[in-house]
Amino acid sequence: MLRFEGLEIAQSGFRLRADLEVARGARVGVIGPSGAGKSTLLGAISGFVPVKSGQIMWEGASLLPLTPSARPVSILFQDNNLFPHLTVAENVALGLRPSLRLSAGERARVGDALARVGLEGLEDRRPAQLSGGQQGRVALARVLLRARPILALDEPFAALGPALKAEMLTLVAEICDETGATLLMVTHDVGDVEAIADQTLLVAGGAVSGPHATQALLADPPPSLRAYLG
Amino acid sequence: MSPRAARLCALGAGGVVALWLLVLNFGALGAVAWRAEGFSGLRSADWAAVRFTLTQALWSAGLSVLLAIPLARALARRTFPGRGLLITLMGAPFILPTLVAVLGLLAVFGRSGLVNQGLGSVGVSPISIYGLHGVVLAHVFYNLPLATRILLQGWGTIPAERFRLAASLGFSPWQMFRQLEWPMLRELVPGAVLVIFLICLTSFAVALTLGGGPRATTVELAIYQAFRFDYDMGRAAMLALLQFGLCAAAALLAWRVALPAGLGGGMDRPVQRFDLGRGWLDGALIALAALFLLTPLGMIVARGIAQVPVLPPEVWHSALRSLMVALGATAVTLVMTLALAHAVLALGGARGAALEGLGLAPLAASSLVVGTGLFVLLLPVTSPRDWALVVTMLVNAGMALPFALRLILPGLREVQATQGRLADALGLHGLARLRIVTLPRLRRPLGFAAGLTAALSMGDLGVIMLFAEREGATLPMQLYSLMLAYRQADAAGAAVLLLGASLFLFWVCDRWGRGRAEV
Repeated sequence: MLRFEGLEIAQSGFRLRADLEVARGARVGVIGPSGAGKSTLLGAISGFVPVKSGQIMWEGASLLPLTPSARPVSILFQDNNLFPHLTVAENVALGLRPSLRLSAGERARVGDALARVGLEGLEDRRPAQLSGGQQGRVALARVLLRARPILALDEPFAALGPALKAEMLTLVAEICDETGATLLMVTHDVGDVEAIADQTLLVAGGAVSGPHATQALLADPPPSLRAYLG
Repeated sequence: MSPRAARLCALGAGGVVALWLLVLNFGALGAVAWRAEGFSGLRSADWAAVRFTLTQALWSAGLSVLLAIPLARALARRTFPGRGLLITLMGAPFILPTLVAVLGLLAVFGRSGLVNQGLGSVGVSPISIYGLHGVVLAHVFYNLPLATRILLQGWGTIPAERFRLAASLGFSPWQMFRQLEWPMLRELVPGAVLVIFLICLTSFAVALTLGGGPRATTVELAIYQAFRFDYDMGRAAMLALLQFGLCAAAALLAWRVALPAGLGGGMDRPVQRFDLGRGWLDGALIALAALFLLTPLGMIVARGIAQVPVLPPEVWHSALRSLMVALGATAVTLVMTLALAHAVLALGGARGAALEGLGLAPLAASSLVVGTGLFVLLLPVTSPRDWALVVTMLVNAGMALPFALRLILPGLREVQATQGRLADALGLHGLARLRIVTLPRLRRPLGFAAGLTAALSMGDLGVIMLFAEREGATLPMQLYSLMLAYRQADAAGAAVLLLGASLFLFWVCDRWGRGRAEV
């Protein structure tokens, strides 16, 4: 279970509070107006944004003392999820060993992960030689190998067209099924949430509320969300 | 390695480098002052040296930039075959060994050079290249290309759309200049003048060869003479303090005016302009500049290339020594720069900026002052002459550090900004991060910085003159003694060898940096 206990994030002229919990294995969309703090919330969970007070707990232990890589979190950012000078296989292998010194068995696992996301045979390409959708798949193959219990997506597929994005979301859902990961997905597109997230966190007015049942929330949105949805 | 340990490592390594820079730039000065045992009074000749230093630096900086403005403008707006090559060659004087440039200028403007031959054939008495105008000529030869590159980049920053807009509004050429080009110049020119002024303040080899005598001695040259010929440490120390004061004042000024970057960076394609008249004026300017810059080098190569295979063995030995010094200096510079750059970013904020400032300090340091200081520090422990090459290597590494730092720090900053979070999220820290992420991403600036350092060090004639005897000479020093001995054929051959070695070192390193084109 992921718990925010009296969490407060403060940056210059910006405050965000959260006091709630998300069940293990849940698939949660994170929505709200621009600048409300959706990415900041994910940044705090993954260790990139300092917390002013309160706690973030996972399975009863605090995440705050941990460095980003020690947290039980895989995060995909809006961009820069791959190193452009490394091959596809190397980019994925970083999820197993940051030193890139892989055993034969580990190398085979990298190959399996790439096959799982449909990128067989592209091991030696570099990111620039791939399409946007393929790049997303490489990042997801690494998520698969890291197998962290929390998967945080900060709009990594925002630049993709609708069909490709739907494809990626299906893959994300499958990966969550296979690894049992808890999904937190920031998005601007309510359709994304409806597609794979049964619960939703609403970030607005300096506070995080929820989790709400997605269907009920969208059927009868509170004023802050209504203003955003238009 | 944990992130905290990695951070501590960066700070520790940066601290060591910072300490070394303090010793090099300030400790050496202290040692000189301490050793001086009471300052002997400065003679009027010393004040003349100060006056001459300032005068020649002002003339050199002013003329270089003044001439660079129309030249850069012409280059910025004209397309012609060989434009790219010419601009690339404009970067070459920076890595051109000073003595080679001097020899080239002598071949054109010297007593029996091209110009005097021409004048003689029409019965005009010969002009002399020695003295103030010779020193200024050599400095302009050196710095006109640098100034041109700085300003050319300035022209490149004016968006093409703005010229289009100006054309559609029917701007006159004067309005075009006033509204578009003048604001850019006002921003860049002070910095360009200061950079060149600073470079010329510490000029040693040019003054040594084209200046000298009571009327054309720089402070740097006076330090050398007090140290080497009079062995008057008190005077050398006073002069060193004076020189330090001059440089520090200029550097403080430069600190307030943001210094432009004239190295590296793509010189963009010419901006399409709509206010071009007939091109003869621009064309004449470009041709004159090319003639001025290329003839001396062409003369040297033409005179010396046949002599290279028959150079005496001691020249080849000194070349080998110089090569080792250059490679050592390159390695030391790169390690110091990486350590310092990581520490600057790890500290961040004002403290990071202060550390960065310390890294740029050698720009204002005089290598003769530093050399004198190191000599004094070594004297109680060992015979300084035995360490001539090591000291030269370390001083060269320090001299190149500001340039390397300016090339590498922005690159590192960008790597951290774009890929730092991803590396953190994946637990890439310490050496693994350096090997897998940082070094591959920095390959280009690293290669360029390595090339600059190697070439600068290969061609440097400075601190070695304080330490070495003839048998331990580097190639530039050997070249200088050939020039003194009027062995002109050997000197020309050695100059071609030196030029070739410097350019080759630069080319190899830079080429390595450009290796992975697909990134």
